[in-house]
Amino acid sequence: MATKGIVSGVIANMVTLKVDGPVAQNEICFIETGGDKLMAEVIKVVGDNVYVQVFESTRGLMVGATAEFTEHMLEVTLGPGMLSHNYDGLQNDLDKMTGVFLKRGEYTYPLDNDRLWHFIPLAKVGDQVKASDWLGEVEENFQKLKIMTPFQLEGTYTIKSIVAEGDYRIIDTVAVLENAKGEQLEVNMIQKWPVKLAMTNYQEKPRPFKLLETGVRSIDTLNPIVEGGTGFIPGPFGTGKTVLQHAISKQAEADIVIIAACGERANEVVEIFTEFPELDDPHTGRKLMERTIIIANTSNMPVAAREASVYTAMSIAEYYRSMGLRVLLMADSTSRWAQALREMSNRMEELPGPDAFPMDISSIIANFYGRAGYVVLNNGQPGSITFIGTVSPAGGNLKEPVTENTKKVARCFYALEQERADKKRYPAINPIDSYSKYIEYPEFDEYISKQINGEWLEKVNELKTRLLRGKEISEQINILGDDGVPVDYHVTFWKAELIDFIILQQDAFDEIDAVTPIVRQEAIVNRVIDICHSDFEFETFQQVIDFFKKIINICKQMNYSEFESEKYRKYEEELDKLISERKKA
Amino acid sequence: MTTKAFQKIYTKISQITKATCSLKATGVGYDELAIIDGRLAQVVKISGDEVTLQVFQGTNGIPTDAEVVFMGKAPSLKVSEQLSGRFFNAYGNPIDGGPEIEGREVEIGGPSVNPVRRKQPSELIATGIAGIDLNNTLVSGQKIPFFADPDQPFNQVMATVALRAKADKIILGGMGMTNDDYLYFKNVFSNAGALDRIICFMNTTEDPAVERLLIPDMSLTAAEYFAVEKNEKVLVLLSDMTSYADALAIVSNRMDQIPSKDSMPGSLYSDLAKIYEKAVQFPSGGSITIIAVTTLSGGDITHAVPDNTGYITEGQLFLRRDSDIGKVIVDPFRSLSRLKQLVNGKKTRKDHPQVMNAAVRLYSDAANAKTKLENGFDLTDYDERTLNFAKDYSNQLLAIDVNLDTTEMLDVAWKLFATYFQPEEVNIKAELVENYWPKA
Repeated sequence: MATKGIVSGVIANMVTLKVDGPVAQNEICFIETGGDKLMAEVIKVVGDNVYVQVFESTRGLMVGATAEFTEHMLEVTLGPGMLSHNYDGLQNDLDKMTGVFLKRGEYTYPLDNDRLWHFIPLAKVGDQVKASDWLGEVEENFQKLKIMTPFQLEGTYTIKSIVAEGDYRIIDTVAVLENAKGEQLEVNMIQKWPVKLAMTNYQEKPRPFKLLETGVRSIDTLNPIVEGGTGFIPGPFGTGKTVLQHAISKQAEADIVIIAACGERANEVVEIFTEFPELDDPHTGRKLMERTIIIANTSNMPVAAREASVYTAMSIAEYYRSMGLRVLLMADSTSRWAQALREMSNRMEELPGPDAFPMDISSIIANFYGRAGYVVLNNGQPGSITFIGTVSPAGGNLKEPVTENTKKVARCFYALEQERADKKRYPAINPIDSYSKYIEYPEFDEYISKQINGEWLEKVNELKTRLLRGKEISEQINILGDDGVPVDYHVTFWKAELIDFIILQQDAFDEIDAVTPIVRQEAIVNRVIDICHSDFEFETFQQVIDFFKKIINICKQMNYSEFESEKYRKYEEELDKLISERKKA
Repeated sequence: MTTKAFQKIYTKISQITKATCSLKATGVGYDELAIIDGRLAQVVKISGDEVTLQVFQGTNGIPTDAEVVFMGKAPSLKVSEQLSGRFFNAYGNPIDGGPEIEGREVEIGGPSVNPVRRKQPSELIATGIAGIDLNNTLVSGQKIPFFADPDQPFNQVMATVALRAKADKIILGGMGMTNDDYLYFKNVFSNAGALDRIICFMNTTEDPAVERLLIPDMSLTAAEYFAVEKNEKVLVLLSDMTSYADALAIVSNRMDQIPSKDSMPGSLYSDLAKIYEKAVQFPSGGSITIIAVTTLSGGDITHAVPDNTGYITEGQLFLRRDSDIGKVIVDPFRSLSRLKQLVNGKKTRKDHPQVMNAAVRLYSDAANAKTKLENGFDLTDYDERTLNFAKDYSNQLLAIDVNLDTTEMLDVAWKLFATYFQPEEVNIKAELVENYWPKA
């Protein structure tokens, strides 16, 4: 018999229940009010008083209302048929909901039980299997998805029977397993997983090393992220966090992209709904929406579901990683998630940590980032979850708990800067404060030397040094004046400006400039480094400025032209001519 | 509001603070309204049989034996066409001497729009002010605040924008607005002959602060009625959201909640988002656009209210007095409209995005030159030219008294480019330069 409870108190979305039996921490219950059933999660137990957070508005809820416990934690339902769907934070299918407004207590099934899938068995009768082993394969949106043994399976089972190739529904039994004790288990295509637990169904988690191409130059060239890597983008509002995140999710070389819109603007999600079905995936030529899943908990949706939404997204990502796919997970923004935790902690009257956030915020963030990563599955196949989260620091001040705790765990840091944004130098990633730890990995060095060339990292380092030097000189020029420094200083400064304008700055709204494939990035870096290595003849600093402005203008036109097109060649010639005129013999 | 027959009357209040009363009562729903000593109150906490009420007018003079009647419903508004042209207080009662509204009763603060039922905003709102239309184009269904110090003319600009915006309905929600400003809005709208399109919910500085909490939800409930049921384009003006946040802080303080940054409640982000996210474009053509005012103290945008607002709204508009031209301008650096790329170059001429960026970049070069000048350095010829450009740009485009259509604005910008610069200094795509650079 399931435990029942009776409402004894209400403060906003925190409700206290008196219960008549056992309950588990994080167990789900449904509270009945005015014909609606409100989903809620246990967050604290004191004797027979149970504190739950309700995922919906509690308007009209009265003391004495009844609640029924479900004996399971918040779960996602996983299976084929999730791609290009739009879910809310609790994995309700938003498209299945009727009406313009969200209705309280309306929960919709995330999958489609009637759709037929063409199942191809990968295992055969008599095979020994463990949890998460691959039984077969179906195809969705031209992606091969694996059908696996239940993730919760304990010990070794033998396949008693498996269906032949053919069309099946997700609720049809595709295999029967038997363990040593002779217990039989029927397996269909549906899996369930409690979202707050990490899936650990892999052999090992080696250090990631493969470049994940994003087409954004200031990431790929300067501070690359890798398949299975973690990164975060903090920035004050208006510095282009969302534009950058959308650019990455459009262009990144991943099999599956999951976007968790966590407490952000609804119109930003609408932008994805509207644009992604139209846009082509630059790697496969198919529509972007076909590989995308959106978890939308916009800022006006219930706060408790916001906390759940990032876990829902991560569990779905882990499901696809278990199939050996490369998953990119983007969460915008993790600060809103932390704020949801803060609101709850506040209502429970817990002693607050820094900035009134709960004391365990650092471990919560660390555990979450820890679920991403590059893994070797039990069958030796690789799979990865690359996770990039944005952080919205209060007042743009990076010395706040969410930013600081994220910095401890994320390996790439893309600091968006107000000053660059004010100057419209987009993407406003500060080239000096930002970093990628992966660039120091010998594994990455080895990989990139093979993929691009052996001098790549050396050149990248030179770019970084020059940018830093340029910044130092610009400060000196500000203090001493244009005339107060040698002409040489101006040359060094403008070489840094060249790197800034041509490599760092990129127009996300220009069809061509928005995406730069790595081959093209290599060409740009080589050209810029060549110019930086050239000695020029100048008499006055004004000549330096005029000359470099012309160079920057031509290089920019090249960035706007199709790679190696006739127009591109024309600008290239023009550039070479300009440079050779000024070059010292 | 009258009490219904057979309602239980409670007369024993156990606790009174400045904004709340607690009493023992049963069968009470969360968020429910009550009348306590003739004043309206709302349930904010239930713990066993103890119910805490937030009293909107304050608890001055409430005795412990006051009569308390629960009304069994959340705050609501009667909606119908009769709302047009009327002025109401925070409870939705007429304050213009006219008759009560007849219509369907709707609970305020209703549910959110399903994101998949929204449409991407794509209609330009032309205001004629180039600082807005050229650099920070507004789009219907957008939400955007003015960040302004209390002495800046934001109410005037807001009124101008509202009148030029061609909205079917203009809903003004006043929170802690001075009576003088209230009368100003009333006059401007009446002089423009727009009174029949106006609906106003007003809480002035003379009214109790906590009543303000109802204003945004009242205004937006009326807006949803016209946008959803009548497919109208509704513009909602909310002034001033900082006063609203102050009222939130008062209530949370009285409820013994742990304050987060700047003494604001920890839920400030969600509270503000619930309001601003009501801005929407419906596929049926109806829309709600929100233009709000967030007053700053000394231009500090890191304060919790503007900071949280900035993360919710789709940009912000800054006003600044430009001492070079002696006029108020829309600050091109700090202002931003996040939805502008949905219309720029699509609904406007295709050179719009690049012209806008180039002009701002040159204006920023002028700011650098100005710093140099202030530090006593010699200016280069380029510096001199940017300074002259900045002055003209400020006067002819950024000033709030400008009234041009977007094509004219772009032409003015090209003319200024050609006056002071060479094409390669402007960094615009060559084909646009060929097309639009004024021929000598």
